Amino acid sequence: MTKQEYTITVYTENQIGLLNRIAIIFSRRKINIESLNTSPSEVDSVHRFTIVINETEDVVRKLCRQIEKQVEVLKAYYNTNDEIVWQELAMYKVPTEVIASAVKVERLLREHGAHTVVIRKDYTVFAVAGQREETDKLIKVLEPYRLIEFVRSARIAIIKASDGFHEKLKEFEYREPGEDAIENEFLNENEKVFSM
Amino acid sequence: METLTIKKEKPATKPTTQVSGSVAVLEAFLAEGVDTVFGYPGGAIMPIYDALYDYNDKLKHILVRHEQGAIHAAQGFARVSGRTGVVFATSGPGATNLVTGLADAMIDSTPVVCITGQVFAHLLGTDAFQETDVINITTPVTKWNYQVTDATEIPAVLAKAFYIAGSGRPGPVLIDITKNAQLQLFDYSGYQKCEHIRSYRPKPIVRKEYIQEAAKLINAAERPFVIFGQGVILGKAEKEFQKFIEKAGIPSAWTIMGMSAIPTDHPLGVGMLGMHGNYGPNVLTNECDVLIAVGMRFDDRVTGRLDKYAKQAKIIHLDIDPAEIDKNVKATVPVWGDCKETLPLLTELVDQKVYPQWLQLFKEYQQKEEDKVIKEELNPTTEIMTMGEVINTLNELTKGDAVIVTDVGQHQMVACRYAKYNKSKSNITSGGLGTMGYALPAAIGAAYGDPSRTTVAIIGDGGFQMTLQELGTIMQFKPKVKIIILNNQFLGMVRQWQQLFHEKRYSFVDITSPDFVQVAKGFGIPGKSISKREELKSSLQQMLEQDGSFLLEVMVGKENNVFPMVPQGRGVAECVLSREEI
Repeated sequence: MTKQEYTITVYTENQIGLLNRIAIIFSRRKINIESLNTSPSEVDSVHRFTIVINETEDVVRKLCRQIEKQVEVLKAYYNTNDEIVWQELAMYKVPTEVIASAVKVERLLREHGAHTVVIRKDYTVFAVAGQREETDKLIKVLEPYRLIEFVRSARIAIIKASDGFHEKLKEFEYREPGEDAIENEFLNENEKVFSM
Repeated sequence: METLTIKKEKPATKPTTQVSGSVAVLEAFLAEGVDTVFGYPGGAIMPIYDALYDYNDKLKHILVRHEQGAIHAAQGFARVSGRTGVVFATSGPGATNLVTGLADAMIDSTPVVCITGQVFAHLLGTDAFQETDVINITTPVTKWNYQVTDATEIPAVLAKAFYIAGSGRPGPVLIDITKNAQLQLFDYSGYQKCEHIRSYRPKPIVRKEYIQEAAKLINAAERPFVIFGQGVILGKAEKEFQKFIEKAGIPSAWTIMGMSAIPTDHPLGVGMLGMHGNYGPNVLTNECDVLIAVGMRFDDRVTGRLDKYAKQAKIIHLDIDPAEIDKNVKATVPVWGDCKETLPLLTELVDQKVYPQWLQLFKEYQQKEEDKVIKEELNPTTEIMTMGEVINTLNELTKGDAVIVTDVGQHQMVACRYAKYNKSKSNITSGGLGTMGYALPAAIGAAYGDPSRTTVAIIGDGGFQMTLQELGTIMQFKPKVKIIILNNQFLGMVRQWQQLFHEKRYSFVDITSPDFVQVAKGFGIPGKSISKREELKSSLQQMLEQDGSFLLEVMVGKENNVFPMVPQGRGVAECVLSREEI
């Protein structure tokens, strides 16, 4: 099995220490987290982690099981890049004088979909939301114009096939959770699994 | 607490009383049926100990001599009683001393709740005296942990702690309570047990489809083989398990943790799996056509080399923890669920069968092992005694009714290979973590876990010296612990490996021991050291008949090895019976 980029989406309770519990699942196995984002989710009181790693599917599946095993984790999903819509936010700080003198720069920025966040006498900050290649490309473009500072956020992702977490959460709240809360992927791959 | 989503039926008019956080902790214990606590006081847990002073008649507190002793004792208690063990320790070093025991309880799925004191909340992060980041230190070795800084949280958090520790796949939970929360008075409206946490699913739902698929495989099998682990014991499913194997007629082997779930002399019991397990079960794992794993996790000491493990077999894996399915060995049919629920369903669907030829094959392998290993181990021709004959003689005297607590190393393997058990929860050992020093404190806990049974701790000369301070606990509280030290004057297991795999370069395995009998005497514990076979039986008898604890040191062969052995990196079928075969 070959390694590829997987985005892991984890629905959790909002609890101090859970970030550490999740992070050490990766570090214990010496797996590098490429990006990690925590945010609220569509459901009030439910938190959402978005974690990007480069691994084989076998490893990612096992990691998700270990994540789900944590008491405060509701559910963990993993997806390949074509199963999700994803974005990262990047910010670039460049000297304002360069922008002012080189009209070309402004055009370049517009071409890359950047918008201005702050304009000061000494510097201007632009932001771009997009995928890794796009934000990377803009670094290259801006480098000749004295890029003072660059930062990029973690990935956030929407799962294309997901119906959101509202309905699922209801199942979790029952004392006897429904079948959906305990998905068993084997069942859906019946033919592959039961090779008698 | 936000994470508790149970709709609490709390009547608004319920009377409240003002209590301290400390009292709330002790009330929680009583509500959870706790009667024994193992602990050690200190600065940051003093308010709880102060409250404990008034609970002396309801809660027995065993003052250990080191916090590691407290948690191992709680583990021994839990393993024998099937209840959750409880520990008190103070902040800083008190808490860090628990880490080994937490790791041990985590890997061996032992339900333990540890309460640690913590500095005042306003001092957190200031490097205050005896302040340690206990929550982060213990995160990887706890099923759940939580820091309480406000007393009002205590009832709900403790309810959650006991629920999590004891439900599903059990494990250790640590609750760190700051000193201000222990002192804080709050309106207490009683304790309510936790029965549901929305983000926590202790048991997966049993899916009938899997049971049917599993039964189909079993019914079509010609050489089915059951391997079982501690899940059978933790799930209190010994009867269900026995019914299953008896109806299906399948030879069954136990892991070290599953041992005693069925009586060792059960006609379908074919022995122990693993690196030093029995010959037949190891070799025939690679000859069965359907392998049914019940409540076990395919540890590397059981599987040997994975790519040579049961490749020919269809594998049915019954486990309560979905993360164990496919972790090491890919299951053909995964049966998620509590084996107390899944086994009866499976029993219903399997055909009543016997496999005389297949069972005979196990017997043939057993005979080979008898001839090449067991005979000499149990009836040695050497002048010096062997570990095996000590265990064998003990069997004769206890008739398999004793709780046997072992430490880690050669004596552990020998004890587990030869000890007889009639009753479940009788084999207490550090299986996953391999914690030397486990046995003495665990035996103390075991003695409290079921005082009606005889508790025998079997310990090596190395491991005994790791936690021998707990003799002080025995001296003070007088649990009846029979201690056998099997002294080979070496760190035997490491020595065995150095002999077999490192050209006999004995690097720091030659360990000098004190006069153990004198040490025990210093603690007021009678003892005896023997080196002659003639004295063995009478000395064991004396030990067992002693009203109270007794220490018996038995000098055994210095360079005896434990066989059979599946050398590291080899498949189970490459199990060897002697040094020459390696």
